[in-house]
Amino acid sequence: MLWQALVAPFAEFGFLRRALVACLALSLAAPPLGVFLMLRRMSLTGDALAHAMLPGVALGFVLAGLSPPALAAGGLAAGLLVALGAGALSRATGGREDAALAALTLSALAAGVALISWRGSPVELTQLLFGSVLGVEDAALLLAGGAASAALVFLALAWRPLALECFDPGFGRSVGLRGGVWHLAFLALVVLTLVASFQAVGTLMAVGLMMLPAVAARHWARGLAGMVLAAVGLAMLASLVGLLGSFHADVPTGPAITLAAAALWALSLVLGPVDGLRAGWRPPRHLEG
Amino acid sequence: MPVLAVHNLTVTHGRRPAVHHASFRLAPGGKMAVVGPNGAGKSPLLRAIAGLHPPAEGRIEGAGRVALLPQAAALDRGFPLSCRDAVLFGLWAEAGAFRSLAAPERAEEALAAVGLSGFARRPVGSLSAGQFQRVLFARLLLQDAPVILLDEPFNALDARTVEDLLGVLRRWHGEGRSILAVLHDLDLVRREFPETLLLAREVIACGPTAQVLSAENRLRARMMAEAWAEHAAPCARAA
Repeated sequence: MLWQALVAPFAEFGFLRRALVACLALSLAAPPLGVFLMLRRMSLTGDALAHAMLPGVALGFVLAGLSPPALAAGGLAAGLLVALGAGALSRATGGREDAALAALTLSALAAGVALISWRGSPVELTQLLFGSVLGVEDAALLLAGGAASAALVFLALAWRPLALECFDPGFGRSVGLRGGVWHLAFLALVVLTLVASFQAVGTLMAVGLMMLPAVAARHWARGLAGMVLAAVGLAMLASLVGLLGSFHADVPTGPAITLAAAALWALSLVLGPVDGLRAGWRPPRHLEG
Repeated sequence: MPVLAVHNLTVTHGRRPAVHHASFRLAPGGKMAVVGPNGAGKSPLLRAIAGLHPPAEGRIEGAGRVALLPQAAALDRGFPLSCRDAVLFGLWAEAGAFRSLAAPERAEEALAAVGLSGFARRPVGSLSAGQFQRVLFARLLLQDAPVILLDEPFNALDARTVEDLLGVLRRWHGEGRSILAVLHDLDLVRREFPETLLLAREVIACGPTAQVLSAENRLRARMMAEAWAEHAAPCARAA
């Protein structure tokens, strides 16, 4: 029974195994980036960038149909354009970066949906927005693996620079840290990871695997390394549960995985030892002074 | 030969000058306080010397390697970092991002020197304001710079912490380092700092503390700092 529900689908269907491998690779790449986004108080930036890549994906779709390289190239270009554009626009006009990002994102989302609806069927629109397990072809699998490797190598190098840039940017600059360069490289990697995610989980849900485990991880660890490890573990669990749910209940993979991640977040929120709600309901006795 | 010479320095926010045509020198081993009302441009001056804010005009000579203590309020204390990791950032300029991690014992020595033995693994978010400031001083110790810039180092600290940190300052002074500190407590300035720069966007006076802090100079500084012309004309002295 348990075998039938949990293992048989993966044993039986190759496309599910491929989707699982892709999602596990993305679970290594996305959540650590999400933890840094959260700590930089940029939790909504991932969401904005995920929406921003839609017109690029849509343009790739209009020009080349559902071809993974064209979709990915379009998404990457649009995402990078908005990530860099929001910063440049706010600097040039004296506005705030979050305001520029909100404006660009909304415009991008509307343009993307309009483009896809113009040339595509509702099924294709759903697939691009919410993902499909059948969408994980060789190219998508390679991109997910590549993004995961790039993210891990980048984080190994950028861990301390990003930590210093978050903790004390002024001091960082005074000792020669190029905070802006690290920040842009970080945003570029966020876009790359989102692009790698969208074939499996869709453009609208790509950010789910990035932010939800990261936000949940805050309730399991106090240190940076602990948070990153917890986020990766939670994302892997959400991928497994989500794919099974998608298979059994016949819902798109994106919402299924994101719902699984959301359930884990809710559990963490209630049960997590760090700032969890349960600790607030029944506060343990205070410690010796 | 001064360790730091500032010539005709102007630092702006937009087009408004935060520091306006300021010139002064700091001698090797000098200990100078920077005082002035709020909005006098003290922090922008320090940030410009530390290379964080490019001057709109003028030049800063001989600043070489400087260590900056930013205002504690400018830091994100909620970031999940241990005291040891926060202090080890002080080795960044000397050893780079990663080799500095190879010397954790130096962080512990520096923490012990500011009275925080055994704090290495404590998260910075759990520290009191005084302990946090001691951690930042420990980071300065590791930077080992000949010129030290302090931006309001004793704000909101209890008397004991101020006294301990003043001890660290005296040690640095004894080692021949030059210190430039933004301060608000004029009694402390008179007691501890032989020289003072009185700033109100422009330099009102610079020299021996007792002369600089005359009632007349202080009044002039207040008037200058509070002056605000809605439709100011372009500066005639601008290059």
